[in-house]
Amino acid sequence: MPVTVQLPNVLAKLTDGQRTVEATGDTVGDLVTALSRQFPELEARLRDRRGQPYEFVAFYLNDADIRLNGGFDTAVRDGDELVIVPSVAGG
Amino acid sequence: MTAPRIEAHRLRCRACGADYDAQALAICENCIGPLEPVYSDRRTRPDRATIARRPPSLWRYREWLPLNGEPVYSTETGFTPLIESPSLARTLGAGRLWIKNDSVSHPSLSFKDRVVAVALNAAAALDLDTVGCASTGNLANAVAAQAARAGLPAWVFIPEDLELAKVIGTAVYGARVVRVRGTYDDVNRLCAQVADRNNWGIVNVNLRSYYGEGSKTVAFEIAEQLGWRLPTAVVAPMAGGSLLTKLHKGFREFLADEIVAGGIPRMYGAQAAGCAPIVRLVEKGEGRIEPVVPDTIARSLAIGSPADGGYAARVIRETGGWAAAVSDADIVTGITLLAEHTGVFTETAGGVTVAGARALAMTGRLTAADEVVLCITGNGLKTAEVVQDQIESLPVIAPSLREVSDLLDWAAAPAA
Repeated sequence: MPVTVQLPNVLAKLTDGQRTVEATGDTVGDLVTALSRQFPELEARLRDRRGQPYEFVAFYLNDADIRLNGGFDTAVRDGDELVIVPSVAGG
Repeated sequence: MTAPRIEAHRLRCRACGADYDAQALAICENCIGPLEPVYSDRRTRPDRATIARRPPSLWRYREWLPLNGEPVYSTETGFTPLIESPSLARTLGAGRLWIKNDSVSHPSLSFKDRVVAVALNAAAALDLDTVGCASTGNLANAVAAQAARAGLPAWVFIPEDLELAKVIGTAVYGARVVRVRGTYDDVNRLCAQVADRNNWGIVNVNLRSYYGEGSKTVAFEIAEQLGWRLPTAVVAPMAGGSLLTKLHKGFREFLADEIVAGGIPRMYGAQAAGCAPIVRLVEKGEGRIEPVVPDTIARSLAIGSPADGGYAARVIRETGGWAAAVSDADIVTGITLLAEHTGVFTETAGGVTVAGARALAMTGRLTAADEVVLCITGNGLKTAEVVQDQIESLPVIAPSLREVSDLLDWAAAPAA
């Protein structure tokens, strides 16, 4: 069973309008690689040239900010949910 | 069709420069960077005398706010007192010191009234009929109070375990209060998702570009109340980092428009040691914010992943300022220090500001040559539990004059 990925509206236009997509891999970084293969335009909005999370989005694996748990190296399991949201909000 | 009474400004991406019509959108659809309102260089700006003749509210600076036309909501918010305290200046070792006292802001006793006043008028301009927010407490109070008066339904999302006064001070206005099991950062992430699926004006999510501009009015008021000049240093609390960047923007705009002359104040930020990601970035000097899980009594500043943290750190360094992190014990000391010296009872965020100013003074960052303004952003009655120890040592007596005399004798006796 793959991981469910929830995308914000602003990124759904890069995935043919889909706000919920699926991807497989062992880490969040693997999921990003898989999504980038499926939707090439998405890649630049998920990670920067150094391979780090893109500065204006935040990734939450099962509601936990991945930056607190190893970033793109955070391990994922089948059935997990990855939520991607714009990072400039709140305060 | 009648002409709209109020219009919101167009928006532009701070990162890539893409332009947008006025709308409830805070992030760029191209690069996901933050959007900012666009101000026309050709717009008319009033002079000092014109501003001074206007009613005492934040709308006296309306030409520097992202709306055209007459505000329809919250027309009395702003223009809080600026109080000089020679006593606190002496204690901290500053030349002169003032308190910008937003603990008495109308209507909900925090600086968040300013940003909400602007956001609700943006909601009116954009025909949004429901508003909301993700909040650590003060914003919840401001949205609930101002939406009630405006007759707008409000959805307010807060961490489940906020201070009692902040929860009650939201629910009492009839807002739909949703308590979320998690930190503010969890609430904020949830609201980003909610804003994506509902046509609401969530003031600090999709109305954030307009909302944030309200904080500039703190800078405008400081300048006017000092007699149309700027202080040498400003100390502000930092949660998401927006207030500090908007103070700086306000000072810059008044200088650019020749409302005041001189130099930009050095900008200093304060956080609780239990949630100090912006302070750490200032100390590190470069790189990105590293999020933390907050652990502090300063709940109103407990944002572990501050959206404007990078911008705030940059402003602090560019202006020659610095940042300080203070312990929870120092926060309580800061609250009592301010109360005893100025007669102002502030909440934990104000305690952070005062304790931060003291720490900065002790390390030589603030000096006798400085004219300092401390931004006191919230009211102590909302977080009274952190100073509850104060009442434990109070005498309890019978209604007897003799017991009063005994107390007076005891008070007059030399300490053992």
